[in-house]
Amino acid sequence: MMLLTILPILIPVVMMIFHLVIRVRRTAAIVGISGSMLLLVTSVLIMREVLKGDILSMVVGGWEAPFGISIVIDRMSALFLVVSSVIIVAISIFTLHTPLGKTHLTKFYFFFFTLILGINGAFMAGDIFNLYVWFEIMLLSSFVLITLGFSKDQLRAGIKYMALNLIGSLFFLAGIGLLYGKTGTLNMAHLAQILMDDEQSILINSSAMLFFLAFGIKAAVFPLYYWLPASYHTPDITVSSLFAGILTKVGVYAMIRFFTLFFVQDPLFWHNLLFVIAGLTMVVGGMAASSRYETRKILSYHIISQIGYMLMGLAIFTPLGIAGAIFFTMHNMLAKTNTFLVSGLINRKRGSYSLKEVGGLFRESPGLAVLFIIPAFALAGIPPLSGFFAKFILIKAGFQDGHYIITGVAILTGLLTLYSMIKIWNEAFLKKSPEQQVKKETIRLRFTDLLPSLILGSATVLMGIFAGPIFEFTMDAASALLDPVLYMESVMSR
Amino acid sequence: MEFLLAILVGVLYTAGVYMLLRRSVLKFIIGIIFLSNATNLLVFLAAGLIPGEPVFLDPAAGSTLQELADPLPQALVLTAVVIGFGIVVYLLAVKYRLFHETRTDDLDQLKPTEEE
Repeated sequence: MMLLTILPILIPVVMMIFHLVIRVRRTAAIVGISGSMLLLVTSVLIMREVLKGDILSMVVGGWEAPFGISIVIDRMSALFLVVSSVIIVAISIFTLHTPLGKTHLTKFYFFFFTLILGINGAFMAGDIFNLYVWFEIMLLSSFVLITLGFSKDQLRAGIKYMALNLIGSLFFLAGIGLLYGKTGTLNMAHLAQILMDDEQSILINSSAMLFFLAFGIKAAVFPLYYWLPASYHTPDITVSSLFAGILTKVGVYAMIRFFTLFFVQDPLFWHNLLFVIAGLTMVVGGMAASSRYETRKILSYHIISQIGYMLMGLAIFTPLGIAGAIFFTMHNMLAKTNTFLVSGLINRKRGSYSLKEVGGLFRESPGLAVLFIIPAFALAGIPPLSGFFAKFILIKAGFQDGHYIITGVAILTGLLTLYSMIKIWNEAFLKKSPEQQVKKETIRLRFTDLLPSLILGSATVLMGIFAGPIFEFTMDAASALLDPVLYMESVMSR
Repeated sequence: MEFLLAILVGVLYTAGVYMLLRRSVLKFIIGIIFLSNATNLLVFLAAGLIPGEPVFLDPAAGSTLQELADPLPQALVLTAVVIGFGIVVYLLAVKYRLFHETRTDDLDQLKPTEEE
C-alpha cells in the first residue's frame, strides 16, 4: 500500500537512472516503453484502491502530518494519474520514428521521465512547497525538451517559454512565502483546517492572487497565455503533443485543488474573476485558432480556448460544475494529444504543417482520416464522443446555477471549435492535393506510427461510451473536493 | 532589520523588472536573477526573522520554546536558491547557443515565432 502510493514517483526516477547509462537506441526504446507501461499499470492499481473509497496518503521523511511531506492521492489525483499515463504510453511509442527519436532518443527519454516525475509528483503533492518543487522539475525538463535539437526557431521560442514560466514560478514562490508567514503551515490539509475558521479573507487574497497568477501562467489563461502559441509549434511534434496534452492541465489541476481546498473565503470575488477570465480565454483562444493556417498553431490556440471551459467549471463551483471541469480536462488531455499526433503524421506524409500545402489525404489514407476525425469531433463536441458529454455537463451546470452569459459564450465558442476542426478536415483531407508539394514521394505509415493515435482514439471513444460511470466517478471526486473533511482527516490523522 | 530587508526586497524587485524589460537576453537573465533573489528574501522575511537563535532545541540544556528560530523558511530558501541557480545556469547555456546561432543578443532582432 505504502509502496503503491510512492510508485508513480519511483518508476520515473528508476527510468531516469537507466537512461543515464543506456546509450543504445533500441534498448533505450524498449526500456522507455516498458517503463511507461509499468506506470500505466501502477496508476490503474492506484485507481482500484481509490475506487474502494479511501484516500491514499503517506508522509515522507518520518515526521508527522503537518510537518512531514505529505503525499495524497484522492479521486481527482488518481484520475489525472491514469489519464496522463495513457498519454505517456502513447507518446513513448510515437517517439520511435520521429526525427527527434532517431537522433536524440536516449536524451529524450531521460528528460521525458524527468518531466513525468514532475507531473506525477504534482498530482500527488499534499504540501504546497513540495508542489513548487515538482513544478520546477517539470519546468526545467520542459525547457530542455523544448530546445532539444537546438534549431534557431526552438531557441527563440525557448527564450519566450522560459521567460514567462520562470516569472510564474517566482509568483508561486512568493505566494508560498506570504501564505507561510500568515498561517505557519505548508501542508494543504492543515492549511484547509486553519483557513476554514479564518474570516479575514482580505489577508488571504493577496497570496491567493499570487497563486492564481502562477497557475494562470502555467495553464495559459487569457491575459497570461502568450508563451504558449509562441513556443508550442517549434519543437519536435512528440514534444508538442506531450506538452499540449499534459503540461497546461497540471496548472488547471493545481488551480482546482487550491481554489476548492483552501482559497474559499471570498467566493464572490474569485468566482466572478474566474467567470470573466474563463469567458475571455475561450473566446480569444477560439478566435485566434480559427484565424491560423498551420495545424500546430490552430491546435495550440485551441488548447487555450479549451482551458476556458475547465475554468468555467471551477467558477460555477457546484458539484456538477466541478465534475464537468474534471470530465472536460480528462477528455481534453486525450483528444488534444491525439490531434497533435495526427498533425505530426500529416506532416510526415506531406512534409508540411501548413494547411495550404497539404491535401488529398482522405483518398490516400482513409485510416489516418478516421484517426483524425475521432479526436477532432470529440473536441468539437459531437455525440457520442467524450467531448459531447464534457460540454453537456458544463452547460447543464451553467444553466442550473443561472450563469446564462458564460454558458452562452461556451456554446458559441463550441461553434468556433467546430469551425477550426472542419477547417483542418477540409484542407488536409478533403481538398485536392495542391500542385507543388513539398514532398513528392509517398510514405507508408507503419503500424507503430498509428498505434499511439489508435490508443488515444479508442480511449476517447470508450470515454464516450462509458460516460455514465465516468461521470459518476467525477461527481464523487467533485463532491469530495467541495467537502474536504475526509481529505483533511485522512492526511492529518496519520 | 526587517525594515531594511523589506526595502532591499523592493529595490531588487524594481531592478529585476527593469532588467526584464530591456531588449538584451543577457540583461533579461540578470533580471531573473534579481527577481529570484528578491523572492527568496521575501519568503525568508515573510516567515519572520528570529536572529541569533538555534533552530533545534537541546532538551538537556533546558532551553525553552522562546529561543527557537524557525528552521522551515531556511530550508525553503535553501531549496529555492539551488533551483534558481540551476535554472540560471541552463538559461545561460541557452543564451550562449542562441548567440551562436543568431549572432545577436537583441530580442528585437529575432524574428517573431508566432506569425505565419
